[in-house]
Amino acid sequence: MANKYSLGIDVGSTTVKTVITDENGNIIYSKYQRHLSKVKETVTDQLKIINTDFPDEKFTVCITGSAGLGLANSAEIPFVQEVHAAFLAVKQKQPDADAVIELGGEDAKIIFLTGGVEQRMNGSCAGGTGAFIDQMATLLGITADQLDELSLRAQKVYPIASRCGVFAKSDIQPLLNQGARREDIAASIFQAVVDQTVSGLAQGRSIEGKVLFLGGPLFFLKGLRKAFVRTLGLDDEHAVFPEEAPVFVAYGCSIYAATASDSYKISELIDKISNAESHDSIITGEPLFTSHAEYDEFIERHKKFDLGYADIHTYEGDAYLGIDAGSTTTKLVLITDDGRMLYSHYSSNQGQPLDKIASQVKKIYSEMNPKITIKGSAVTGYGEDLIKAGLSVDFGIVETVAHFKAASYFCPDVDFIIDIGGQDIKCFKIKNGAIDSIMLNEACSSGCGSFIQTFAMALGYDIAEFSQLGLFAEHPVDLGSRCTVFMNSSVKQAQKDGATVEDISAGLSSSIIKNAVYKVIRANSPDELGKNIVVQGGTFLNDAVLRSFEKELGRNVIRPAISGLMGAFGCALYAKEMAGEKSSLIGKEELESFSYTSKTAQCGGCTANCQLNIISFGKGRNFISGNRCEKGSGKAGKNTIPNLYEYKYNSIINTAKTNQPKKPIGKIGLPLALSFYEQLPFWHTFFTSLGFETVISDESSRDMYYLGQHTIPSDTVCYPAKLAHGHVEDLLNKGVDFIFYPCMSYNIDEGDSDNHYNCPVVAYYPELLLANNPRLNSENFVHPYMDLNVRKNVVRVMTEVLKKYNVKGKIPAAVDSAFEAMDKYRSSVSAKAQEIIDQARAEGRSIIVLAGRPYHIDKEINHGIHKLITSLGMAVVTEDSVAHLAHTPKLGVLNQWTYHSRLYRAAEYVTTQPDMQLIQLVSFGCGIDAVTTDEVRAILESKGKLYTQLKIDEINNLGAAKIRLRSLAAAIENKK
Amino acid sequence: MPEYAKFTEDMIKTHTILVPDMLPIHFKLLISIFESNGYKMELLQNDSRAVVDEGLKNVHNDTCYPALLVIGQFMDALKSGKYDPNKTALLITQTGGGCRASNYIHLLRKSVAKNFPQVPVVSLNFSGLEKDSAFKITPIMFLKMLYAVLYGDLLMSCYNKCRANELVSGASKKVLDKWQKKLGDIFKSGSNQYMKTKKLYTQILDDFAAVEVTKQKKIRVGIVGEIYVKYSPLANNHLEDFLISEGCEPVVPALMEFILYCVAGIINDAKIYDKKTKVTTVYSIAYKLIYGKQKELMNVVKKHGVFDPPHDFEHVRSLADKYINQGVVMGEGWLIPAEMAALAESGVENIICAQPFGCLPNHIVAKGMSRAIKEGYPDANIVAIDYDPGATRVNQENRIKLMLANAKR
Repeated sequence: MANKYSLGIDVGSTTVKTVITDENGNIIYSKYQRHLSKVKETVTDQLKIINTDFPDEKFTVCITGSAGLGLANSAEIPFVQEVHAAFLAVKQKQPDADAVIELGGEDAKIIFLTGGVEQRMNGSCAGGTGAFIDQMATLLGITADQLDELSLRAQKVYPIASRCGVFAKSDIQPLLNQGARREDIAASIFQAVVDQTVSGLAQGRSIEGKVLFLGGPLFFLKGLRKAFVRTLGLDDEHAVFPEEAPVFVAYGCSIYAATASDSYKISELIDKISNAESHDSIITGEPLFTSHAEYDEFIERHKKFDLGYADIHTYEGDAYLGIDAGSTTTKLVLITDDGRMLYSHYSSNQGQPLDKIASQVKKIYSEMNPKITIKGSAVTGYGEDLIKAGLSVDFGIVETVAHFKAASYFCPDVDFIIDIGGQDIKCFKIKNGAIDSIMLNEACSSGCGSFIQTFAMALGYDIAEFSQLGLFAEHPVDLGSRCTVFMNSSVKQAQKDGATVEDISAGLSSSIIKNAVYKVIRANSPDELGKNIVVQGGTFLNDAVLRSFEKELGRNVIRPAISGLMGAFGCALYAKEMAGEKSSLIGKEELESFSYTSKTAQCGGCTANCQLNIISFGKGRNFISGNRCEKGSGKAGKNTIPNLYEYKYNSIINTAKTNQPKKPIGKIGLPLALSFYEQLPFWHTFFTSLGFETVISDESSRDMYYLGQHTIPSDTVCYPAKLAHGHVEDLLNKGVDFIFYPCMSYNIDEGDSDNHYNCPVVAYYPELLLANNPRLNSENFVHPYMDLNVRKNVVRVMTEVLKKYNVKGKIPAAVDSAFEAMDKYRSSVSAKAQEIIDQARAEGRSIIVLAGRPYHIDKEINHGIHKLITSLGMAVVTEDSVAHLAHTPKLGVLNQWTYHSRLYRAAEYVTTQPDMQLIQLVSFGCGIDAVTTDEVRAILESKGKLYTQLKIDEINNLGAAKIRLRSLAAAIENKK
Repeated sequence: MPEYAKFTEDMIKTHTILVPDMLPIHFKLLISIFESNGYKMELLQNDSRAVVDEGLKNVHNDTCYPALLVIGQFMDALKSGKYDPNKTALLITQTGGGCRASNYIHLLRKSVAKNFPQVPVVSLNFSGLEKDSAFKITPIMFLKMLYAVLYGDLLMSCYNKCRANELVSGASKKVLDKWQKKLGDIFKSGSNQYMKTKKLYTQILDDFAAVEVTKQKKIRVGIVGEIYVKYSPLANNHLEDFLISEGCEPVVPALMEFILYCVAGIINDAKIYDKKTKVTTVYSIAYKLIYGKQKELMNVVKKHGVFDPPHDFEHVRSLADKYINQGVVMGEGWLIPAEMAALAESGVENIICAQPFGCLPNHIVAKGMSRAIKEGYPDANIVAIDYDPGATRVNQENRIKLMLANAKR
């Protein structure tokens, strides 16, 4: 008898789907169910249900899905790759579709059907989409369905980094803290998913024609559908959302199964799957505790570090309020003047920090003995500015200072503090009673505490329960130490291999610690950290995390009982030290009628057109955020602190405005990207002195990035390189004879280094542009190879390039003028630097060498960090303006890139100047800076200077940078 | 900065030099050459998670994966207690060039200095770097090494083909082991027998051809990419083995192509940047010599008729010109798109580009060029797989399976 039925089982990262088709390929049964990581159980459960309806029939069967491979192998059931299964289903159901977009729990896929079949999956760093949406919903304290509801009422969309979930999170958090509408944020989250799909997956291939949308999220979330349809410009006819979307892949799988030769009864399949054993070995670590006695000793040891307590209802006297408005949580403490705790609060801010804190202050007022006087208050954390303005808090302090204050209370000779919060890891060393070096996690590995939480929820536990599970796990899983997205797949693999929830819980705790120790602190040995280590932050309340930390370091540390409240406690201590006669904190009566409204506006103070969020508290009190400089805040007065970034940027931008010929013999486009940020004077002078007009692409902006986004083939390249795509498009739109963009293995040899290369990206990016922008060809895009150190080479190459313009004889002279122009520009930068240094010294200001690359003067790349520095009262110069003032110190690495060798010389120079500090700007994805940062740090620290590194990407959120800069300012102040 | 331990003359006798596990077949032959010159060497085979963990502890985590693994493998070995740190040295290759890879030796020295300051790090280079080291490559050793690479390439190519198709499991491995030993003995013996290439090539080919193979046609999958990840099973999670377990035949381009690429790059740079010197002439002579040797191997394999000959390098260069300028010489540079094209042209249309996560040159030469290659070869089925300490095997294998699903269609 021929097989009548075939069964497709799709085991995804979060769900199991089963589909049965009959001999005609019709779906006669389907089911969609979350598996909460119990893969085998869920599959057998579903089979049991099927078995009641089809006890005697025989099925051909096949498994698909990202978590299905292991199961298929061990149960010896055929497997089909899930994208291929989707492809088969589409061919059956929608044969005229042109493209398919499928979003799953943790992956995104595109299949192009017409014009060359191509199937693509998200890269290993692009993060999940369904899981990403879940994570964002958790952040807002709602379900994915509620998020969907909200998004439908959106009025505007904020730009949110689309590359990876963690980036997006750090964009959303400040929006929440600044009081942006949740409806708008919901819609922005969906838009980010769409952007991620379009840029990360399509990679230069446009999504056109009839598009089929598949997968759970796209089926259940209307807002997400809307965003896709709008962005791709599809009409109803061309955007297809099939009924079967959630089980579509399982359907394809059952079609594939129909071709199989073996068939089974369901009961046989249940046996096969239940008896399947995992062959893969899981890498495991040691258990956290071997016995309950060991655990009890551990608990006893940590109990010792606690505060005294006093009753808020009966205490009489002065009190001080500390508030920590963290990224995901809100913490408050009220202490007596001898440091006893009167009141404390710790909770998730559910995206509404101001409301939360206002209601807590209200509660304090209603509960406290009328004989208590609140004499001072201070606030710290991401929401500092908002809370300070809204509730008239006396002081706002930077988080590191707050934590240091609190840690010293418990351990006066503390020399290392590590704080792991919901979103970030902060560690700092203390030297001579001052904060010495600060290490924050970079955008890519943040989200640690909240990651565990999201994971606990995904597995169906609350966070406390989940972490307790790990304490006595026998074989904690080794999940690696990279970003959370990678951890997702590690967990997936562990689940596949049969790890228990206990083992995974313990593994996650240890991953967070490994991230902190090896990625953020980058320690070789525990001794490097310090002798007296204080740990804090909500994440350390988790005993499993704390234990993992002690095990990793091999030494005991101090965790105060108020570990989660340390920021707030530090604020209260600060308020106590600084308090005057009366606190300015909002009064009881005023608080009763407290309310606020928020609206958005565009600044218009300059060309940046910052999106402003204006929150009004009534009585003319406003809080404005979103502005990158003082102009938007409505504060009067112009910032007059000198800033070499501004000078350099303006010089470059204005280059093209001079010396343009009246009757040009041709029009040459020069993209304002990468090496042109330094070589523009050279090429502008070269071409104009030959009688060409030069056209420079417009200034960088987010829109400029979007303009070229569809031609970016590698989503992990640095942002400065990605922007080049937009600049090239811009020049094509402007209409030029050709775009000139030379390739150069070598940069200018400035001596004092082992070699003088460009980095591979700067050296050869034109090759990539040409190969990936279909509008470019060898006629309109000229990218010759040359070496600017060899004059005759430049002359020869440019003579060939300009053959048809008949300018041969004039080229040597043009090259000479070009070199002169370049020298002139470089010396003007050094001269201006000297002027700035002199002025700063006259005014008694600290001077910051903001060290990066020439292209870091681009406002879209540096996000105005230089302005942030001047707003703290410090003057700013660049690395190239002071590099020539020092010699390269002896290095432990090969010093072979021109731009990077300037960093070493600039750092060496800074060590000789008492009033100078260096901050290194690092573009995310710059592999070469993995070499330079350690070296620059070593140069600075060997001479007692502070090292500060700021990582920048497309994210336009200066929150983390601000903490570092303010801490640095505090440390400089302290050192004086 | 600290002074690093130097490799001195007397260490040749006393010290065992540890060699990273990059190309197991080739490196075994190279080691026998050094051994015939009085050095003691050992190819590292430690392959546990501890290797990665040591790497993470000792190198900046954003440094490329190959550096992390090589350094991790050394540190793991030194800490294992198997080797007396007072009688051990480490060998690492050094290429120079604008890629981060030129810094490996410095990063290795930094981490060795922290833990085992007495252990010298030896540089294997052909550019006259590190003149104060007693580790010297004589012209005759250089010549032998050249031959070792040719033999290694032949063994690798035949072995991959045979073991993917063998009927009796382990039959190809026997042939490989036999020749690995035989060639090793020849190099160790100090005789000139290794120069009898035609005879030896033919014997190798005959031996492999005698392995019984299936008639079933396998899907052939080419592997290109960053040099270490492409070849080292430690780095690419045993990619060749995985492909064979999936019923495919891995096709890995010869190491000699990379060597020719390096030499050609120096000559070409001198030309395009107008910097010709006497050294350029020396390189031109070397290029002709090596190319001639490769051509000879190619002809023998062609004539024998059973196995795939290596790509003709001059032809590979002409393929590169269709997609990218030969001025792109950092990392594996233009060689990656050229090898992709050469593979596609010879019918190996399924191609895996194995690369470290965040590899700088590969933004341009791998991901940046695959669109252009696909235009040239519409049936090319290329997938880039990123390797790094956090990427899981399941994720990589899933992507490869997707590529294979396309191939089977």
